[in-house]
Amino acid sequence: MSSEAHAHAEETLALREQFDTAEQQKDASTLGMWIFLITEIMFFGGMFAAYTIYRSAYPTVFAVASSSLNVTIGAINTCVLLLSSFTMVMAVRAGQMGKRNMIIIFLILTLIFGCIFLGVKAYEWNEKYVEHHMPGQAAFHLEGTPLQGPAKIFFSLYFAMTGLHALHMVVGVGILLTLIVQTRAKKFSAEYFTPIDISGLYWHFVDVIWIFLFPLLYLIDRHLPK
Amino acid sequence: MTTAVLQERTHYLNNGYGLKSWLLTKDHKRIAVLYFITISIFFALGGVFASLIRLELVTPAGDLVSSETYNKLFTMHGVIMVFFFLIPSVPATMGNFFLPMMIGARDLAFPKINLLSWYLLIAGGGFAIFAMMAGGVDTGWTFYTPYSTTYSNTYVIATALGIFIAGFSSILTGLNFIVTVHRMRAPGMTWFKMPLFVWANYATGVIQVLGTPVIAVTLVLVFCERVFHIGIFDPALGGDPVLFQHLFWFYSHPAVYIMVLPAMGVISELVSTFSRKPIFGYPFVAFSSVAIAVIGFLVWGHHLFVSGQSLYAGLVFSFLSYFVAIPSAIKVFNWTATLYKGSISYATPMLYAFGFIGLFTIGGLTGLFVAALGIDVHVTDTYFVIAHFHYVMVGGTVMAYLGGVHYWWPKMTGRMYPEGWAKLSALFIFVGFNLTFFPQFILGYLGMPRRYHAYPPEFQVLHVASTAGATVLAVGYILPAIYLAWSLRYGPVAGSNPWGATGLEWATPSPPPTHNFDRIPVVTHEAYDYTAVPQEVEVV
Ligand SMILES: [Cu+2]
Repeated sequence: MSSEAHAHAEETLALREQFDTAEQQKDASTLGMWIFLITEIMFFGGMFAAYTIYRSAYPTVFAVASSSLNVTIGAINTCVLLLSSFTMVMAVRAGQMGKRNMIIIFLILTLIFGCIFLGVKAYEWNEKYVEHHMPGQAAFHLEGTPLQGPAKIFFSLYFAMTGLHALHMVVGVGILLTLIVQTRAKKFSAEYFTPIDISGLYWHFVDVIWIFLFPLLYLIDRHLPK
Repeated sequence: MTTAVLQERTHYLNNGYGLKSWLLTKDHKRIAVLYFITISIFFALGGVFASLIRLELVTPAGDLVSSETYNKLFTMHGVIMVFFFLIPSVPATMGNFFLPMMIGARDLAFPKINLLSWYLLIAGGGFAIFAMMAGGVDTGWTFYTPYSTTYSNTYVIATALGIFIAGFSSILTGLNFIVTVHRMRAPGMTWFKMPLFVWANYATGVIQVLGTPVIAVTLVLVFCERVFHIGIFDPALGGDPVLFQHLFWFYSHPAVYIMVLPAMGVISELVSTFSRKPIFGYPFVAFSSVAIAVIGFLVWGHHLFVSGQSLYAGLVFSFLSYFVAIPSAIKVFNWTATLYKGSISYATPMLYAFGFIGLFTIGGLTGLFVAALGIDVHVTDTYFVIAHFHYVMVGGTVMAYLGGVHYWWPKMTGRMYPEGWAKLSALFIFVGFNLTFFPQFILGYLGMPRRYHAYPPEFQVLHVASTAGATVLAVGYILPAIYLAWSLRYGPVAGSNPWGATGLEWATPSPPPTHNFDRIPVVTHEAYDYTAVPQEVEVV
């Protein structure tokens, strides 16, 4: 690596001392995030495995339990999340072009959509609590099936999976807030916006998880004969 | 005169003093030292529990401790040794220190994340130690449900949380290694010029990244089942406790390779250096690490032969377990072939390497015994299994760990250890280890079950032999703690390459400067090319 390029890179961004070039640094960060996301897939994978096994063991109970979830609200929330992914893409695009104001606007929009999603999710959880569909409740009861045990398993999975997903959303919200502060402090430029880029990867990943969760939890009964 | 030489030059140890310069360091070498101190403490703690277990088993009656206490002792021994010593052992210390140096990098790709991973281990260890001081945990290190979720009245939650947090330490180490190997290699350092230690740690990183999250989520579910009374594994609801076992072993079998693959990497370095020959069949040894990482994920069902798993699943898992032995055997054969016509020196690290090869072979072959359905039904949950995995974990990993510590000690500290004492303690460890664990094969075959604190008097002779061996082993472990500490001050100055080894880490002065290389090296030679041994670096 020529020392000239090294010096140039140091002017424009914080090139950390273990790297030779800005490109190497960006590649390393991006690869690191992808590997982290693979870890996340395995993390959620354990729950998806449990879901698969219990759904094939108790197909009808799962269908009945699934139909007690509010599909309309779930669908609206899915749209909200997809919108947030769109605004996140726009934030990354603004980062590429080095337009700080646009970055901030789109990050705030993403933040708002993310918070709407979490608010709606909290409303849904509360609804489940009121309807006595929470597995820890002594008064737990699900209409339409004699098998209350497997029904509890469905809702255990529902709360564990949506809860873990929501936790990732909360982390995402924290990341967005940090990025907004950093953008305001002029940390990013067209040459250096790696944190926005890899945070985008994380945000989309969390969205994709929901894209799987929504049909698996809300839409099971759709293809069963009525 | 010797102290003067070491202090004139700035190196990673004297570049900043005081607690803060250590606790906030981003230098991979200092973080490795932090890990080294931490896991040494955990090893001692796990050893204390083991000693109490062996003391209890001297007499057939359960007289030293109550059965409840005994349950806690073997649980805490397992938890500490597996999650807080063996998993971090080689990668977090020697991997951290030497992987970047071996590929000619100034540091790992993510130094802050590296420091974070040490703090995660400390935090996880804090929870585990809190659980132990508050009253302990008695589920066995395997946390089988529904005992762990419903019936145990001990500190399962704190312990599970501790392991969960320590798991992220392991994931981040693996992630850091993978990215570093992909992106930070020096010019000319192609994949097939990397030392085999790097290959081994890379393959380990793959397992850490893919396997650890699965046990993390499993422990989350156990945690939620205890705290929020959800029911995923609860048979009362129609849940399946065997599902827990599947998820647990999906990680915990590959975890064996997290513990032993880096150890094999150490052995490759030792065998080559001390026979002054390149490793025979380098590409096969390199790829066998990757093969172990991949196939290792397909064999977990051999832990469930008697858990109500279907016979066909048992057959497939049995076959695959035999299959995964092949890449391990490739390594052993290639090390042996490397020795052939080599100019072998019997320095302490090489003694440990020989110990590893012999003991790991016994551990591996008895692994084939228990991977066979018929034999496993007979020896499940007996001391045969205990002896088998201690031959792999202690006879394998700990031997390689100590071999590596002696091999790289001069590089890490700038000083040699006392060779005579080191050889003596290696002998103690080898003899003590075999005396401890070989009788356990016989005990298990005769039907002595694991996890019992009382036993029929017929077994006493073998148990006493085992405890006697454990005493010798303990002496063997205490000796290095003393003479290594002594050598920090009084050991002879080592020079940059006391073994005449080939890795790039030996092309730096001892101890290395903070950024490892003044000028990033350009690699032109193959790995283990003894015509190109790094010259003594001028240490001024
Ligand atoms: Cu196994």
